[in-house]
Amino acid sequence: MKMKLKIMMPCSEAAHICDKSQYNESSVWEKIKLHAHILYCLTCSNYVKANNKLSLLIKKSQITCLDKKNKESLKINFQKALKDAEIK
Amino acid sequence: MPKHVLNPNKWIDLYIDYLFNYTISRVNNRDIAQDLVQETFLAGLKSMKNFKGEATERTWLISILKRKIIDYYRKINSNKGKAEVRITSNNDTETEGDWLQNRVADPFDKTAEDTLQNEELGNAIFNCLSKLPKKQAKIFRMKTIEGIETEDICNELEITPSNLWVIIHRARTAMALCLKENWF
Repeated sequence: MKMKLKIMMPCSEAAHICDKSQYNESSVWEKIKLHAHILYCLTCSNYVKANNKLSLLIKKSQITCLDKKNKESLKINFQKALKDAEIK
Repeated sequence: MPKHVLNPNKWIDLYIDYLFNYTISRVNNRDIAQDLVQETFLAGLKSMKNFKGEATERTWLISILKRKIIDYYRKINSNKGKAEVRITSNNDTETEGDWLQNRVADPFDKTAEDTLQNEELGNAIFNCLSKLPKKQAKIFRMKTIEGIETEDICNELEITPSNLWVIIHRARTAMALCLKENWF
């Protein structure tokens, strides 16, 4: 009974664990609790499915972006050019 | 139809990721992609007076970028090495000594169709990302696309981890819904 109580959790916690697990930041115990939760909660089950699908799509698309340092340097160069253009 | 206007002050924040992603899928080199994106912004700035307002800012910038990418390929193919048949021998020390079969291209690897589909998917993701509130989009991008650690994002943006996870949750819910409507 005590074990059962520990395994039970509210949907907000389940959603939080699901989000964390998308970034591999949830523990094994949390994952077990999440799987137990989605056995009886359809809303969370749907959320987990949608969330997993989103991660899969992002991975599949191979989208990437510039790192902060390069973005900043590009921004500085552009701001400079913008200023020059305004002066002219 | 309302005329679109240019606002170069917001170009970097709004379009840099989209343009960079567009370029990297075509030139496959981060440094070159960065240079081409920078050149695009500068060229856009110079030719602002030619903008007729018929297309959106992003479409207009993409049309400039396309020209830049074409110019880049023209430039690298204009030297006399153009006619050479380039066979790159495998100099990778890690794979040295492997069976030749292991070096042959995998037929189940990415096809042109996959590449095209991934590009469209990438566009759909960026479109959905642009619909999110600015802060949500920024945190989602940092965490999901750039892969920055939670702690580092919290330090940089001066937010608590619980705050970050709430924002991530909202962003993921909105993104999943948006992609469901626009992609599936």
